[in-house]
Amino acid sequence: MATAKLALEDGTVFTGVALGAANCVEGEVCFNTSMTGYQEILTDPSYRGQIVTMTYPQIGNYGVNMEDLESQCPHLSGFVVREMSRVVSNFRAGGALNDYLQQHGVVALAGIDTRALVRHIRSKGALRGVLSSTELDDTALVQKAQASPGLVGRDLVREVVSPSDRAWAEGLSRWSDLAEHAQLASPARRPRVVALDFGMKWNIARHLYQQGCDVTIVPGTTATTESVLDHQPDGVFLSNGPGDPEPLAYAIQTIRGLLGRVPIFGICLGHQLLGLACGARTFKLKFGHRGANQPVLNLETGRVEITAQNHGFAVSDDGLPDSLEVTHRNLNDNTIAGLRHRSLPAFSVQYHPESSSGPHDSHYLFASFTAQFSA
Amino acid sequence: MLGSSDFSHIGSSPATGLTTRCLIPVPRREDIHKILLIGSGPIIIGQACEFDYSGTQACKALREEGYEVVLVNSNPATIMTDPSTADRTYIEPLAWEIVAKVIERERPDAILPTLGGQTGLNLAMDLDHHGILKKFNVLMIGANPEAIAKAEERDKFKTAMEKIGLECCRGRTVRTLEDAREAMSEVGLPCVVRPSFTLGGSGSAIAYNREEFDVLARRGLDQSPISEILVEESVLGWKEYEMEVMRDLDDNVVIICSIENFDPMGIHTGDSITVAPAQTLTDKEYQRMRDASIAVIREIGVETGGSNIQFAIEPQTGRMIVIEMNPRVSRSSALASKATGFPIAKIAAKLAVGYRLHELPNDITRKTRACFEPTIDYVVTKIPRFAFEKFPEADSTLTTQMKSVGETMAIGRTFKESFQKALRGLEVGAFGFGCDPKDLWETDLQPSNGEIAAKISRPSAERVWYLRYALKAGFSISEIYDRTAIDPWFLDQLSQIVEMENELRARETLDRVDAEQMRAAKRMGFADRQLGHIFRTGELDVRRYRKQMGIQVTFKSVDTCAAEFEAHTPYFYSTYEDEDEVPDKVPGRRRIIILGGGPNRIGQGIEFDYCCCHASYALRELGIESIMVNSNPETVSTDYDTSDLLFFEPLTIEDVLNICDRVQPDGVIVQFGGQTPLNLARALWNAGVPIIGTSVDTIEAAEDREKFRVMLEQLGLHQPANGIARNMSEARTVATEVGFPALVRPSFVLGGRAMEICYDQSQFDRFVTEAFVVAEGQPVLIDRFLEDATEVDVDAIADGTRVVVAGIMEHIEEAGVHSGDSACAIPSFSLPTAVEEEIRNATVALARALQVVGLMNVQFAVKRESETFKVYVLEVNPRASRTVPFVAKATGLPIAKVAAKIMAGQTLQELGIHSQPIPMRVSVKESVFPFRKFAGVDIVLGPEMRSTGEVMGVSDRFSIAFAKSQLAAGVVLPSSKQPSGKIFVSVSKRHKHQIVTFCRRLHTMGYNLLATEGTARVLEEAQIPVHRVKKLAEGNPNLLDHLIDGDISLIVNTPSGKGARTDEGRIRAAAVQHGVPCITTIAAAEAAVSAMEALEQEDMTVEALQDRFVEGAVSYYAPTEDRTTAVS
Repeated sequence: MATAKLALEDGTVFTGVALGAANCVEGEVCFNTSMTGYQEILTDPSYRGQIVTMTYPQIGNYGVNMEDLESQCPHLSGFVVREMSRVVSNFRAGGALNDYLQQHGVVALAGIDTRALVRHIRSKGALRGVLSSTELDDTALVQKAQASPGLVGRDLVREVVSPSDRAWAEGLSRWSDLAEHAQLASPARRPRVVALDFGMKWNIARHLYQQGCDVTIVPGTTATTESVLDHQPDGVFLSNGPGDPEPLAYAIQTIRGLLGRVPIFGICLGHQLLGLACGARTFKLKFGHRGANQPVLNLETGRVEITAQNHGFAVSDDGLPDSLEVTHRNLNDNTIAGLRHRSLPAFSVQYHPESSSGPHDSHYLFASFTAQFSA
Repeated sequence: MLGSSDFSHIGSSPATGLTTRCLIPVPRREDIHKILLIGSGPIIIGQACEFDYSGTQACKALREEGYEVVLVNSNPATIMTDPSTADRTYIEPLAWEIVAKVIERERPDAILPTLGGQTGLNLAMDLDHHGILKKFNVLMIGANPEAIAKAEERDKFKTAMEKIGLECCRGRTVRTLEDAREAMSEVGLPCVVRPSFTLGGSGSAIAYNREEFDVLARRGLDQSPISEILVEESVLGWKEYEMEVMRDLDDNVVIICSIENFDPMGIHTGDSITVAPAQTLTDKEYQRMRDASIAVIREIGVETGGSNIQFAIEPQTGRMIVIEMNPRVSRSSALASKATGFPIAKIAAKLAVGYRLHELPNDITRKTRACFEPTIDYVVTKIPRFAFEKFPEADSTLTTQMKSVGETMAIGRTFKESFQKALRGLEVGAFGFGCDPKDLWETDLQPSNGEIAAKISRPSAERVWYLRYALKAGFSISEIYDRTAIDPWFLDQLSQIVEMENELRARETLDRVDAEQMRAAKRMGFADRQLGHIFRTGELDVRRYRKQMGIQVTFKSVDTCAAEFEAHTPYFYSTYEDEDEVPDKVPGRRRIIILGGGPNRIGQGIEFDYCCCHASYALRELGIESIMVNSNPETVSTDYDTSDLLFFEPLTIEDVLNICDRVQPDGVIVQFGGQTPLNLARALWNAGVPIIGTSVDTIEAAEDREKFRVMLEQLGLHQPANGIARNMSEARTVATEVGFPALVRPSFVLGGRAMEICYDQSQFDRFVTEAFVVAEGQPVLIDRFLEDATEVDVDAIADGTRVVVAGIMEHIEEAGVHSGDSACAIPSFSLPTAVEEEIRNATVALARALQVVGLMNVQFAVKRESETFKVYVLEVNPRASRTVPFVAKATGLPIAKVAAKIMAGQTLQELGIHSQPIPMRVSVKESVFPFRKFAGVDIVLGPEMRSTGEVMGVSDRFSIAFAKSQLAAGVVLPSSKQPSGKIFVSVSKRHKHQIVTFCRRLHTMGYNLLATEGTARVLEEAQIPVHRVKKLAEGNPNLLDHLIDGDISLIVNTPSGKGARTDEGRIRAAAVQHGVPCITTIAAAEAAVSAMEALEQEDMTVEALQDRFVEGAVSYYAPTEDRTTAVS
């Protein structure tokens, strides 16, 4: 079996078995605590620039299928697991995970003490790293990790966004709900939603479509206030996406222009961008929130939603403008998990209500969004 | 401390300015002050120590909140019935009439019914039906009667599921055989027959043809307390899942754990190998099941607390069906708690009194809240433990009715590792998936392909071994899947283990195994013992070899969060990784390890866990760091706050040595966990482990018959004539010296395994052969059996110089019935003072001679020889015995704790313990048997222990205490208030002369007696009216017909020849199936008649433990010498 290594900027090196494609890649090393949903995680564009470690040790058991994709292909830099299943057991499986990784050129590492790696990241914070199955010299790898750019200040969105506008016309998978979905209602006029794509997960679009919306996805990198308003949208959605929100001045400017002119709903990076557009600040979390068990308190209902999250940056309480009110908080560390503009129709959440992968507790937010559309 | 007070930060953020509900923490309920908790009673199949674990947690949680807790449980061997666990503790029968008395006396404001298993739930429902709760204004919290009924009554449940769009199995409940047949034709065959309201799925089974269906339907209608069965479509072979769900008053719902069954649908989940978390569901399918679970708990309306929901998934299509829901904590929730570190019962108790999930802290991380979903970074495997060897006549096929008596759980970083660890934790002689002394492969007994195919097709306790043989024999995964419906993912995992084994074997000798391969093997869970087996070398050689190569174990934490947050609760498992998380020893603080008892089995169960917990409490009281090692997820000992450090590990030499290497203990206690740790003692001691308390030499000396005989002679004590045999010819020689009847048993085995009384040579030959098999190379012991002797059990504590007798228990059944199966009483009820004195002196002499430090148990037989009594020593065990908790509850002296402190270096004098306590009240312990689960098994008591649990009855008088013990054991003695009851008496020739007196008393009380010819003649001669009934062979109507007609209320039937196939065996088995009490010894019959007489005159009363041991309620034995001194 071929060897692969994960070298961290602090000099730590983990040696294990090489899986997936043969290559040498850089990225910020992070971990995700979801026990299911590796396929959704792999195809989530928000992982651009990251080497993702799965804390659950047995990955690949149910293979991969064509229904559970969150984008065209994996976007992350590398993938680390304790053990990769060599067989696939699921009635929906269309192939094996390792084959999928190979096809898409994802370098993967297996067999290392992933818990030790996670504890290391927990105490040191997210670290830059290099995952390699080609170059195996420890010193060279560590140097490479130290020389790598990291996430802060980088615009990773440009690397994942599809260049042109497209219409979305796919609803939720039949596995997303207990009952069979009723045939989609075809209302006289479907409210029009423009989704600003910063690396959007497909399930968000599926949810919007399922809500009866006519969904147009436009690249967040090139969209301007005017180009968005040209679509005469009933609402504008701000998608999730990779990395640091601060360098995305173009997006912030666009959103600022849209505020007050059309209802806005943002998720994850979209939430951070909305915050920035309203004058809030963002900061980098020590090692982020990545998993499907993050408790969020809805401050209006007093109830808790178990949420899926994937973010390394967050909106700061310090300097939060008066125009914004906090609607949700993460119960683990009390960071802001949801915001709403006090006077304008705009709200956002840091977590992933489209929950793919993850629990469905926060689906209601899509209905809250469409409820804001003027009839 | 609860987090509610420091919760202000949520709203205090200046930026939010929101006035939200969460700013005002909902306080705990102020309208209730006193809460009644019901325990689950004796350990039975389907209801074991998990409810002691959950009940104890609940008691602690509620008291922490300032509530007064009243507890009722009949089982003295529980931690929850310790006087310090609840405020008011009633060790009383779990019958609604009795609990009503407790309610009348204590006037609780609320009852929490969801923590005492099915028994607790049913009892709460009984109290509700009988208007007791209303009468005394007791509020049901956690789940209300409507929710319970909705979850438990099949039709209501089904309607509820349809309402939320979930599918159940097709089928319906019926109350007659005719309707049952009709329902069967609707759902088709095979179909499942399930009686309503029974424990552990009792009585449920699958019918493959019409004939079987009729038999099962009849039996089910009979077993159901409401004569109702469910006939439903079979989902045999579907994938089976369980979800543990919690909900609070604000309707916050979280999933604590998902469990995937290795064994598919068709095998009761309690009998299945199960794995956490789910392994073969995509996130889409998992979230759908999560949605379904949340919808179920909401629709059923369990307001607060935990529930367990079972699902079946058709493997080819993903079609999901809800199987059932338990609106309470369960065996699975205990497993889920241990698997994740999330204390379900504790949190459930807090939610029941008004807290919301996010107001409670996560104890393990301290920083985060209990409102989250645990995520784990390891794999947990649970494997059930069976006891079919005790019930050879029982059908050992695993079905939808639970048959296992215990379980072991193991944690590993992969399924392969946890699976092999669990197999060795099972303590059945295996050390993993083959390659151990139990392995038949490449032996003369290697099964043929035909045998393998047959064995894997039938689910049984042995099937797991045959899965390996199938892989070894080259069966393909799909072939095995076709026969077992075990998911191919699991089968591939097993195949990887076998492939590793084959690679290792190819190396031929150990020194050709390099470090890389050694590490790979250890990471797959291979034990040193298995490697030793493969390379024909000792396990310690393997250990030395791999340690030289630097292959050493590491310990990881169970932390609820996959290391995302720092864990403060030191709960560990071993694995072979890079980083170890065990905290280093604190300088100056002693560390002592307590070795637990492993999975429950008959003969070794909760009593030993009770002892281990007490040892831990004692050590902590002394400021010593206590470290628990155990593999049983049901127990209090494996609760993360029982000890300072918890190692959830199999109890084998390798695993214990690994822990010792890491924690460097100052002492290791082996005498509390039953036979399991004792069997390791010698090897551990030789490896340099500091075993404290009675020395290993002493433990062995007590087991060594030769040394023991010499010691008794030196002490001037008697024992029955005996000898020891290593083979059959030696055994025959011993038999001629000892004479018949003779008692035969293997040495070093607990619970009387293969112990038999032989009345003649042919019986002797048969039983000795069997005993040699069980002894596995150890000798067989042969004793003269003392007929009609009284057996006496004594527990004593010694500190090396002083000895204090803690309790003298007089057995009700005569010697010959295993001490674990017989009823007994403290204080003794018939022993003359002089005999007690002799027993006491003998105990002291034995403890001194053996230099016991800690606990000792001695079994005596007292035989009346004309006018004198002769005392024989049957057995001495220098360790905690099964009776320790009973003695503690009967006398108020916490002897396990005292013994642990002594082992840690204190003396009896320092502890202020000088003399034997003699309580004012009489306490009777009765045993509880699993016969109802094993249709057709003969229930006669013998030297082989078969009971699973025990209960205790307490009163001023022996007879009432006995009556209470019977009621607590589920034996409802007839009462003359219902004079229709007929009593059937049929005894063997040996006992005929002993029945006249008690039969006359029964007649005087107004009972009609029935008897078969021989017995009837004896009674007629004594002028006692009796109706003759035909023997089974004599035609109808015979006794079986009377039983079926339900007009028999008690059977007294002593055995002449044992066996289910005999007439009497069939009668006794039928009595069990019809729920008619059946007494099989004269002594018990006499005690029962006395109890019935006593109940004519007075009612049972209830008394709290806390009132029992007040000043003056216990006197202390004063030695005669002291009295003489005082006089002179």
